[in-house]
Amino acid sequence: MPVPAVEAEGLVKTFGSTRALDGVDLLIPHGTVLGLLGPNGAGKTTCVRILSTLLRPDSGSATVAGVDVLADPDGVRRRIGLSGQFAAVDENLTGFENLYMVARLYGMSRTHSHDRARQLLSRFRLDEASDRPAKGYSGGMRRRLDLAGALVAQPPVVVLDEPTTGLDPRGRMETWEVIGELVTDGASVLLTTQYLEEADRLADTIAVIDRGRVIARGSSDELKAQVGGERLELVIEDPIHVPDAMRVLAGIGTGEPSVDEPARRVGVLVDGGAKSLVEALRRLDLESITVVDVGLHRPTLDDVFLALTGHAAEIPSASSSEGATE
Amino acid sequence: MTAASVTANAPATPESAARVGPIEGLRQTATLAWRTLVQIKHNPWELGDFSFQPIMFVLLFTYVFGGAISGSTGAYLTFALPGIIVMNMLFVTMYVGMGLNTDLTKGVFDRLRTLPLARWAPLAGRITADLVKQAWSIVLLLGVGAILGFRIGTSVVELLAAVGLILVFALAFSWVSVLVGVLAADPEKVQIFGMTALFPITFVSNVFVPIETMPGWLQAFVNVNPVTLLADASRGLMVGGPVAGPVIGSLLWATAIAAVFGPVSVWAFKRRV
Repeated sequence: MPVPAVEAEGLVKTFGSTRALDGVDLLIPHGTVLGLLGPNGAGKTTCVRILSTLLRPDSGSATVAGVDVLADPDGVRRRIGLSGQFAAVDENLTGFENLYMVARLYGMSRTHSHDRARQLLSRFRLDEASDRPAKGYSGGMRRRLDLAGALVAQPPVVVLDEPTTGLDPRGRMETWEVIGELVTDGASVLLTTQYLEEADRLADTIAVIDRGRVIARGSSDELKAQVGGERLELVIEDPIHVPDAMRVLAGIGTGEPSVDEPARRVGVLVDGGAKSLVEALRRLDLESITVVDVGLHRPTLDDVFLALTGHAAEIPSASSSEGATE
Repeated sequence: MTAASVTANAPATPESAARVGPIEGLRQTATLAWRTLVQIKHNPWELGDFSFQPIMFVLLFTYVFGGAISGSTGAYLTFALPGIIVMNMLFVTMYVGMGLNTDLTKGVFDRLRTLPLARWAPLAGRITADLVKQAWSIVLLLGVGAILGFRIGTSVVELLAAVGLILVFALAFSWVSVLVGVLAADPEKVQIFGMTALFPITFVSNVFVPIETMPGWLQAFVNVNPVTLLADASRGLMVGGPVAGPVIGSLLWATAIAAVFGPVSVWAFKRRV
């Protein structure tokens, strides 16, 4: 039985009067992906910084690949690769030089460093830009270069702090593919994200963190089961009727209805399955509200988050940053 | 393992905590110095900053003020060039702080700190790269000086001693730059500090103008200004004249600056990261 990739117990970290972490336990079994999910300021980045030896906890303990982060930080540094929220790229160096430097700093020979840098550049589709200063790279390219930097020494544990925040959909898909490949190659991954979809798709287990505490953990399916019931979604023909439809759904569902105004889509968690669906359609018909699409789904992680925290997951924006608030 | 067993001040177990060795640290320092210097290839304007600017100072002062101050441009060049080399050295040390600040604000330093590096390697790398820039500037200024008519009045050994002394002072003064780099909010602020602090210090010295024409109260300051002492020491070693006093004064200043700013910078640095 290989040692867990990450094992953390009772991590506490206070900044001034803010308790950024309030007793966090984490376990990442070897070769799996843990998604650390939470809104801005929940404590995700603080967790990452402690596990990657950038920050010492006030109390608590943690090991990475069996190595204690407090007693042997250099040992931990040899075993992890960190890709942070802000692409840590030297803008004045070319893509190649950035990776070559990291390889040399790990103690690789010149030839080996050269080969490794080229190999990563082509894997991240940066070969064409490899000999241009990173100053001229797009946001997505910088992210890819930063991610490549984290993988130079083929670390067994990879820590990715919001790897897709601020990326366009294509960049996000590409990053997801790379993370998938990492796991296939045998790496363990700690992934923080504000995107429920991302955790749903990549993580074997998810820990939901809010205000410095893990408030739920389990697989995506387990978390959804915890919320229970199903999700009823309707698309209303006339936008004028959306508020009325929400009122109707509030009378049927087990929670607050949600709405996507531009799509005229309203939804609510229900516990009566098809019966609830029929009832909703009947009541809407009574009020002469025309429904153009209808569906009954298993709840999404958005529902889970709402149910667990009592507030919706904040929609991340590229300009906001957890680092700035912590 | 319980939460209480490993607290923030838990001792490291020697057998598990394999620290990075000094040889490895030196190799990393070389890589990080390379990293700073290779940037010049992509951004040749940086070379201009520490090459053309001092040359401009030499030309400007020699041909515009030289005649008025020393009676002839040739005599003035002999007087001013060693001091201009000293002044330029102080400005070049600001690159240490600017580079450090860029790394801190851009997150590059976080990346470096997650690598198994000797703790001192990032700073040592910056300072090593800075010494290379310093040596280049000194050679360049001596070369331009030679073309304009500056002649070494002493021996090669004394010339090398002058260069060595200037580099030793640069090493000490780098700690001031490190402190500014750690405290400043962005690299531009480091540059602004360089301009506002270094210009008065270098101009209120005898780098450009002999001390005799200044009012008495100003002479008192100029006489203890380390820039004056270092300029005098450099003149003595390059052109001829008294050497022992200014050299000892310069070394004392260098020691004092390093003794104060070294620990303060390291403290501020640890606080910031």
